[in-house]
Amino acid sequence: MWTLIQIELFKIFRRPRTYIAFAAITGLIGIIQFGLKLDGDSYVDFMMRDINSSITVEGKILNGYQVCYIVLQILLVHVPLLIALVAADMISGEANMGTLRMMLTRPISRTKFLLAKFMATVAYTLMLLVWLAILALFVNMLLFGTDDLFLLKSQYVVLLKKDDIFWRYLWAFGFAALAMTTVAALGFLFSLFAENSIGHIVATMSVIIFFTILSTLNIPVFNKIKPFLFTTHMIGWKEFFDIRVNDANEAIIGSIQNPQKILHSALVLVLHIAGFVTASIVIFRRKDILS
Amino acid sequence: MQAIVNVTGLTKQFKNLTAVRDLSFSVNEGDVYGFLGQNGAGKSTTLRMLVSLIEPSAGEVEIFGKKLRTHRNEILREVGAVIEKPDVYKYLSAYENLKLFARLSGVKITNEKLMSQLYQVGLASRAKDTVKTFSQGMKQRLGIAIALVHNPKLIILDEPTNGLDPQGIADIRNLVLHLSKDLKKTLIISSHLLSEIEQVATRVLIIDKGGKIIEGNAAELFDPSQTIVELQTFNNVFALQQLQLSSWKAHLQAQRDTAILIRLDRQLIPQLHRSLVDMDIQVLSLQPRHSLEDYFLQVTSGNQHVDTYSN
Repeated sequence: MWTLIQIELFKIFRRPRTYIAFAAITGLIGIIQFGLKLDGDSYVDFMMRDINSSITVEGKILNGYQVCYIVLQILLVHVPLLIALVAADMISGEANMGTLRMMLTRPISRTKFLLAKFMATVAYTLMLLVWLAILALFVNMLLFGTDDLFLLKSQYVVLLKKDDIFWRYLWAFGFAALAMTTVAALGFLFSLFAENSIGHIVATMSVIIFFTILSTLNIPVFNKIKPFLFTTHMIGWKEFFDIRVNDANEAIIGSIQNPQKILHSALVLVLHIAGFVTASIVIFRRKDILS
Repeated sequence: MQAIVNVTGLTKQFKNLTAVRDLSFSVNEGDVYGFLGQNGAGKSTTLRMLVSLIEPSAGEVEIFGKKLRTHRNEILREVGAVIEKPDVYKYLSAYENLKLFARLSGVKITNEKLMSQLYQVGLASRAKDTVKTFSQGMKQRLGIAIALVHNPKLIILDEPTNGLDPQGIADIRNLVLHLSKDLKKTLIISSHLLSEIEQVATRVLIIDKGGKIIEGNAAELFDPSQTIVELQTFNNVFALQQLQLSSWKAHLQAQRDTAILIRLDRQLIPQLHRSLVDMDIQVLSLQPRHSLEDYFLQVTSGNQHVDTYSN
């Protein structure tokens, strides 16, 4: 199995297409960093325009942690597309090239073959998120320094102390990895159905966009299905930045407002991953290789 | 000779299309088994079923005395196959492709051995070049090197000369003969070109519309003194029963559509005619075909084949 995973990783990282995602993330974060470095004060003024009269914030609002949060809010919506680029190509790409035929005449079980491919896809997803973390968190900490994190939520504001933030980002990236693995598993499942990988990338993204719209629509009729949509739970990483307060309305350092919600979302995502992978195996084991 | 491939009643149904129907044949150890038929006859579908790329709708495949259904991996360790086209990773070099497939086959192989495999197929000098720069012939040879990398006992090559120039075709032919005669491998080679099969095969199977037309030793089938006779009668079932009870049983080849095929020396045709009358078989027509090639052309009629044989 390990040999199969190594082979799959070798193939992934020898394909030029793989690096599109890394280049895109580097470019996008670079642009955000450049813009905020150049004109960050205007951005902060714009952000604070509605509450400037009621709140006075001391310290540096635009710091590395703040920029990282901005980057994550923007990019975690688009990273699924980059994941789908590789995941939805894993089987269909091989079928399209004809190499699936060559591979499956070898003495390896289809289940192992598929699991190895999925593991490699997960490894790619994790590497992409590690790269995102390096650029969005560590580079921004170097470029913008660190300070307290000031977050404007829809009905309240959150102020996290400088020393109470870094661990939250590590967990948030971990949760994002789980969410992106769900996207990878969905793309992987779709990649079984035909040889045209572009179709599967579009299909994967269409499902994500469709479910995301359903998740965010405030129409009561959809409320019953929302908890079952994986897209509802993909933004669970934000929960790590909500802090509990005590009776005196003081923030409790090191706390999370609703850890059960995070656990529930993680469980839903894990179940989706398991469902998508199991369906992929069942379909692939019976599939006639006609490419 | 020990049969290492036994196929019985193999059938593949795709929705409304029966690609292969009730096909039975066996391949003996050391054979170069020619698998002939026009495009769409069911050759590739059959070969795909032999390496479990396709699940048969009915029938059984046994290789090395084991059922493919239950011993897939065990069997595939001893089988090297290039089905349809030798598609490999174009962004990898020939050497990297060969190494990758060797690892997939569970073989630990030294760099020297890999290079010698590439040398064997004439690609040693291009080992480090990416496959996207290769000609069709070079890809075909690399595909064969990949099929051989784990030293299999049985090699399956599907249309190995497709798209090759005359020199490429000759190279593949020589390689097949080398594998058979020097390395004592068993080969199954499919082609729609009888002339290609004729030069290398020890046994031949012709299929059309997914069914068997004829199977036998190449030397006998390609013997110019032998003729295929197409017999049509008022009642083919009765005729077949009578022939099976007679001394002509050994000459019976197959029943195809409305005709019974009988293979015999041309000089025996009048004797056959007398026997049919004696057996009270009401003959509609008795048509001798001049040779296997003539017959193959007739059953696989189409411009492509006519062009091929006009070479």
